[in-house]
Amino acid sequence: MNSQNNQPTGARGSTASWLVPLLTLLAAVGFASCVWMVFVVTPVADVLFFNQKIFYFHVANAFMLFLSVFVCGFASVVFLKKRDGKWDDIAIAGAEVAVMFGLVVLITGSIWAKAAWDVWWKWEKRLTMSLLLWLVLVAYVIVRRFAGASADRLAAGLAVFGCVGIPFIYFMVEKSDNHPQAGKEGVVATLATDMKLAFWGSVLTFFFWFVALLISRIHSARAEREVRELRESAMDAGVL
Amino acid sequence: MNTLRCAITVLRKDLLVELRSREIIYTAIFFAALLVVIFTVALPRDGRVDDRMAPGMLWATIAFAGTIGLGRAFDREREDDTMRALLLSPAPRLAVFLGKAVAITMLILLVAAVATPLFGLFLTSARLLDHPLPLVVLLVLGALGFGVVGSVFAAALLRVRSRDVLLPIVLYPILIPLFFAATNATLALCVTDPNMAKAWYWISLLAGYDGVFLVLSLWLFESLVIE
Repeated sequence: MNSQNNQPTGARGSTASWLVPLLTLLAAVGFASCVWMVFVVTPVADVLFFNQKIFYFHVANAFMLFLSVFVCGFASVVFLKKRDGKWDDIAIAGAEVAVMFGLVVLITGSIWAKAAWDVWWKWEKRLTMSLLLWLVLVAYVIVRRFAGASADRLAAGLAVFGCVGIPFIYFMVEKSDNHPQAGKEGVVATLATDMKLAFWGSVLTFFFWFVALLISRIHSARAEREVRELRESAMDAGVL
Repeated sequence: MNTLRCAITVLRKDLLVELRSREIIYTAIFFAALLVVIFTVALPRDGRVDDRMAPGMLWATIAFAGTIGLGRAFDREREDDTMRALLLSPAPRLAVFLGKAVAITMLILLVAAVATPLFGLFLTSARLLDHPLPLVVLLVLGALGFGVVGSVFAAALLRVRSRDVLLPIVLYPILIPLFFAATNATLALCVTDPNMAKAWYWISLLAGYDGVFLVLSLWLFESLVIE
């Protein structure tokens, strides 16, 4: 609560002021080239034909989902142990970005499942784990939104407990052999060169987008927290 | 040892307070009974219910009625700010947590002890009560996991706004693996050809869940509830 030497965020936000637009621009250019790569350059896949094209966005978004969940979980643990609001800002940003990427993953996944398996949803290992992960993060965002400022540590606890619970699902749900697998023999490793290029290009594009979103959200979370802390110290000092 | 003694004191205090008013016991049990009736009436049936539905109905009842009791138990500590007093007392915080968690576990077990025979009574085709030993083990493990995680978050929620609504929203995403394992263990027991190996596999998963979350709760309880 010591906010004596807080400067306004604008003065410190100078890195973000050029980094975020730059990353957004890179992501925009990358997205356009991805669409071109995916629909014009890459060949049509053997089994799934045109339906396979959603793979480039589905998997790239899934990577970003797990990355942002990791950011949120890690920042939450550090926040609980160090009680430094800086880490809380990162955790909020990670959670909100994860909710967004998760929504994209679930929607694109459903579309793909309908095309490949002829069902919108299947209670399979990875689907169940992604859904549960997403539910934890939605709960996190709801807590942050409605429980007031004093819920910061509660939310961090939710993120940590929630993430720890997910691996249990791995032992609980039956493995499905028709969800595309990862690894040496997996989907990504056995792609044709053009497809690989389009895939990793897409991952890079969404990574830029992820970092841009994360940084700008961290900055707005920090600004919110600093305003709150200034108000509190002003109230303590009897100014307000 | 001191921690254990303090935990028992906290537990005894909670039980004593509850036994004097019996408010949570009566409300939670009655709510559980209502849920049993609602579930058995609401689901489509032509004279009988598919016996494979019973485990899900049982654990949904335990989850809902348990949450009601859990919320009230901690609300009681908030009304006179006694939670703060408990945490300020020289008792180790871990003891406060352990005492609370055991008290909540007992409450949830009580709910389960009412709901399970009632379901057994209404849904005779589901052989819920055929294997009492594994059933009791799994009810205890399920209640323990619920009690541990529930106590951490109900205590942490005391300091925030709209805690009543948020309690299930925070708890259930964390508890879904537990309910998943518990429901499947119960299912393996209550079908017409019970699969004991499968039941014990799910029970061991429940035990693993309880162990992991007990350690995690002991590690984080203090940083979650102290202002």
